[in-house]
Amino acid sequence: MDRPHSDAAGAGRFLGLVFPLLPAIPLLFLITQWGSVAEGNVKSVSFPWVPSLGIEFSFFLDGLNLLFALLISLIGVFVAIYAGAYLRGHPMLRRFFLYLALFMVGMLGLVLAADLITLFIFWELTTISSYLLIGFNHDKASARRCALQALLLTTMGGLCLLAGLILLGYTAGTFDLQEILARGDYVRGHSLYPAILVLILLGAFTKSAQFPFHFWLPNAMAAPTPVSAYLHSATMVKAGIYLMARLHPVLGTTPLWEWTLTIVGAITATLAAILAVRQTDLKLKLAYTTVVALGTITMFFGSDDSVAIAAAITFILVHSFYKASLFMVVGIIDHQTGTRELDRLGGLGKLMPVTWFCAGAAAISMAGFPPFLGFIGKELKYEGALAIATEPTLVAGAAIFANILMVTVAGTLALKPFIGRQRPKSDDIREAHWSLWIGPLVLSTLGLTFGLFTPLIAEGLVQPAVVTLLGEPKIVKLKLWHGVNVPLIMSILTFGLGVCAYLYQRPLRAFLAFLLSFFPTTADRIWDALLEGLKRLADVQTRWLQHGILRRYLRVIFLAATAALLLALIRQDNLSLSVAIPALNVKEWTAMLLVAAGAVMASSVSAPLAAVCALGALGVGVALLYLFFGAPDVAITQLLVETLFLVLIAATLHRLPLSYGRHATRFRRLDALIAIAAGVVVTITILAVIEQPFSSPSSDYFVANSMPEAFGRNIVNVILVDFRALDTFGEVVVVFTAALSAATLVGYTLRGRRR
Amino acid sequence: MKSIVLQTATRTFVALLLMFSIYMLLRGHNQPGGGFIAGLVAATAFTLLAMAWGVKAARQALRISPEGLAAAGLLIAGIASVIAGLFGDAPFTGQWLFLGGSETEKGLPVSSILLFDVGIYLSVLGAVLTLVFALEEND
Amino acid sequence: METALAILVGILVATGVYLMLARNLLRYLFGLVLLSNAANLAILAAGRLTRATPPLVPPGMMEPPLPVANPLPQALILTAIVIGFGLLAFALALLTRSYQQFQTLDSDQIREAEPVKEKKMEEAQG
Repeated sequence: MDRPHSDAAGAGRFLGLVFPLLPAIPLLFLITQWGSVAEGNVKSVSFPWVPSLGIEFSFFLDGLNLLFALLISLIGVFVAIYAGAYLRGHPMLRRFFLYLALFMVGMLGLVLAADLITLFIFWELTTISSYLLIGFNHDKASARRCALQALLLTTMGGLCLLAGLILLGYTAGTFDLQEILARGDYVRGHSLYPAILVLILLGAFTKSAQFPFHFWLPNAMAAPTPVSAYLHSATMVKAGIYLMARLHPVLGTTPLWEWTLTIVGAITATLAAILAVRQTDLKLKLAYTTVVALGTITMFFGSDDSVAIAAAITFILVHSFYKASLFMVVGIIDHQTGTRELDRLGGLGKLMPVTWFCAGAAAISMAGFPPFLGFIGKELKYEGALAIATEPTLVAGAAIFANILMVTVAGTLALKPFIGRQRPKSDDIREAHWSLWIGPLVLSTLGLTFGLFTPLIAEGLVQPAVVTLLGEPKIVKLKLWHGVNVPLIMSILTFGLGVCAYLYQRPLRAFLAFLLSFFPTTADRIWDALLEGLKRLADVQTRWLQHGILRRYLRVIFLAATAALLLALIRQDNLSLSVAIPALNVKEWTAMLLVAAGAVMASSVSAPLAAVCALGALGVGVALLYLFFGAPDVAITQLLVETLFLVLIAATLHRLPLSYGRHATRFRRLDALIAIAAGVVVTITILAVIEQPFSSPSSDYFVANSMPEAFGRNIVNVILVDFRALDTFGEVVVVFTAALSAATLVGYTLRGRRR
Repeated sequence: MKSIVLQTATRTFVALLLMFSIYMLLRGHNQPGGGFIAGLVAATAFTLLAMAWGVKAARQALRISPEGLAAAGLLIAGIASVIAGLFGDAPFTGQWLFLGGSETEKGLPVSSILLFDVGIYLSVLGAVLTLVFALEEND
Repeated sequence: METALAILVGILVATGVYLMLARNLLRYLFGLVLLSNAANLAILAAGRLTRATPPLVPPGMMEPPLPVANPLPQALILTAIVIGFGLLAFALALLTRSYQQFQTLDSDQIREAEPVKEKKMEEAQG
C-alpha cells in the first residue's frame, strides 16, 4: 500500500528508526539488574513529593515487577519497530509516537511505583494515553466512541481505585507499598478491609476487562493494530493483573478475595471463549481471547497455592509473547490484503511464508502444543487448577473449557487465512517488509526457545515473581515432561476436543450464536443507554439549576447563607443573648432612625430618584454613627464616598429609565420572607458575637506602638500606611482596576458611537 | 448643568478644596485625614469642576489623564514600599529621617510612609476621577 | 449600644436583600449599597462600640489615654468603604452598559449568557 510521502512522512520514517531505542533503554537497564533482583534483592529510589501527607515519588524493583517491566520494554521495542512500518507515511505518525511514549512511561511507572499515590498517577497516565491511542483514528465516529467508552469505564474504575488506595494507605498508616506489603495481616483484620478490597478490585477489573466490564476491550480494537498488540495484549490490560498480583500478599487469601476472583475470572474466561469462537473478524477474535486469558489469570490469582500462582505468572509471560505476535500477524494480513475478515481470507501461506511461520508458532503456543512455552504454561494451569482449594472443579472446568476453545481459535488463526484457495484474488499481495514481521518472528521464536530452556525462565523470571508474590521461598519447576499424570490427560482431552471443535467450526459457531441469542452477552447496549440517561439527567438538571434568572440564583445564595449562619448559631453550645434597652442619647437615636428610615424607604419607594434620596440620607446617618462612636476618619471617608456616589448616580440616572417598570410596585411575599429571615439571623449573630469575651491583641499592639514605633498619632492612618501597608496597597490596586474596568465598559460604546 | 452662580463659586471652591486635600494628606499621620480621605476630597474638587464646567474642562484642569495619575500613584506607593529594601528591612517597613534633629528637638520628619501616603492619595484621586469622568462624559 | 446597632444591621440586611431580589437591576444596585453599609456597621459592632475618644495619641504622649476606640475595625471599614465605592461604580457602569445593549433593566430579560432557546434546540435535534 503506497501512501504519498511528504516531508512529515520522511521525518516520521526517521522517527520510526529511532523510536524503538526509547524502550530499549529501560530494557537494557532491567537486564543489567536482572541477576541481582532474581536473587531476591530489591532496588529502590525515592524522591519526596508531599511529605506532609507521607506521599513519595518512589519506585522499586523486585522479582514481581521485574517480570512486568521486562515484558513492557521488550515488547515495546518490537511494537515500536512494527508501528513505524505499519503506519509508515501516516501524517500523524509523530503524534502516534508521542502517545506511545507517554503510554510506555505510564506503564513502566505503574509497575515500578513503590508508593500508592505514585502508582495511581501512572495508572491514570496509562488510561489517558490509551484513550488517545484508541481514538487515534479520530476522524472515525466509531473510534471516538470506543475510545470514550474505554476512557469512561477505566476512569470510573480508576476513581474507585483511588478511593481504595487512599483507604488502604489510611488503614495501613503509610502509602509506602513495601511497608504495606508487610502489614497484610493488620489490613485484612481491619473493618475497612471489605471496602478496600471491593474498590481496588473494581479498578483492577475495569482495567483488565473482567466481566461485566469486558465489553470495552473488543471495542477498543478500533485502535491501530500496533496499539492493540501492545496495550491490549501485553501491557495495559495487564495493569489490573499486576495490581492484583502486587496486592495479593496484603489483600489476598481471604474467602472474599478467593471467591470474587475465582468466580469473576471463571465467568469472564468462559464467556469470552464462546464469544471468541463466534467472531469472524480476526482482530476481534484475538481481543476476546485476550479477555479469556485475563479471566484465567484472575481466576488463578484467587488462590494462594504456589502452583496456581506459578501457573498464572507463567501464563502472563506466555500470553504476552504469543498474543502480541498474533496481533501483529493479523495487522500484517490486514496491511497487505486490506481485510481481516476470516471468510474473505485464504491461501496466503505461499505468498507470505514468514508471516505464516510467525502465526503458526504463536498459535501453537496459544493452543499449548509441546514443546512450546504455552504447553508448559497449560500443564501448570491444570496442575494449579487442581491445587486450588476452594473450587477445583469449577476452576479446572473453566480452564479446560476455555482451552478447548482456544485450541479452536488458534487453529483458525494459524490455518484458515493461509491454506486453501487464495483470497482475496489480487496479484499485489506479497510478503510484508521485514520491519513488519521482525517483531512477531522474534516474539514467537522466543516462546519456542523459552520452552526448550525452561530453567532459565523458571529460575530467572517465574520463581522470583512467585517468591515475591507469596513472600516465601518456593521452588518452581517448569518441565516439558511431567510423566503421565492428570494434567497430561486433561491436556490430551483438550487437544482432542479442540481439534474436533475446529473441524466442526461452522455448526459450532451457528450453535453458539443460537445459544447466545438468549442471553445479553455484552453490556454495550446497557452502557449506551446509561450514557444517554446521564446526558438527559445533565440536561434536565442544567435546565433546572441553570435557568438564567438572576434573582432565583440570588434567592438560593441568600437562603444558603442564612441557613449556614443559622446552623452555626444552633451548634453554638452556650448561646446567650442579652438584649438590653440600648442606652443611647438623642443624637445617636436620631442617626440610627435616619439610617433605618433611609433603608426602609429605599426598599419601598417606587421611583429610583426617591430611592437615591433615601440612600443619601442613609449615608449621612451612617457617617454620623461613625463619628459618634469614635471613628472620625471613617466618618469623613463615608461622607465623601457617599457624595461621590450620589454624583455618579445622578450622572447616570438620566440615561436610565425613570421608573422601575411594572413589576416594581408588587409586594413580593417570598422575597420579603427571605429578607427578614436573613436580617434576623444576622442580628442574632452579631448579638452572639458581642456576648463573647472581647480580646484583640493586634488592636492593643497598634494602640501601644503607633507612636513609639511608627511616629504617628493617628492610629487608624498608621495602621493603613505602616502596619498594614501591604493590604492598603492591594486595596488601592483593586480600586484602580475596578475604575479601569468600569471606564472601559462605559467608554467603549460611547467612543465607539462617537467615531 | 450650566449655572453662572455655580461656575463662579466653583473657581474658589476647587482651589480651597485642593488646598484642603493637601492639608488633610499632610496631617493625616497625626490627625484625622490621610491619603484616602485627601484623595477623595481632591476627587470631589474635580468632580465639582466637571459638574460646573463640563468634563472636558475638568480633564484640562487635571492636565494628565486620571488613569495616568492613578498609575503614577501606584508607582510612588510601590517605590515607597521597596525603599525599606535599601536599608535592609522587609518591604513596607517604614523608614524615618529626622532632619535637623537633636537630643531635645525632634526635627523635621521625612519618611517613606509619607511618600506611601502620597501614592495612595494620587491613586485614589486618579481611580475615582477615572470613574467619574467615564460615567459623566456621555453627551 | 451594640444591641441597637445589631438591630440596625439586621434592618439594613433585610432591606438590602429584599432589594437585591428584585427584577430591576437598579434596585439590585441599591440593595448592594445597603448590604455593604450593613457589613461595615457589623464590623464596627464586632470591634465593640465605645463613645470614648477616637484612636488618636495626644501631643506629648506616647500612648493614648485609655479607653480609646478600637482602631483596627476602623482601618478595615475605611478601606472597605473605598473598595465598596469601586464595586458600586463598576456595577453602575455595568448597568448603564446593559441598558444600552438590551434597552431594559429587567434581569429576567437579560439572558445573553444563558438563553431560553434550549427547548427549541432539543426539538430540532430530536
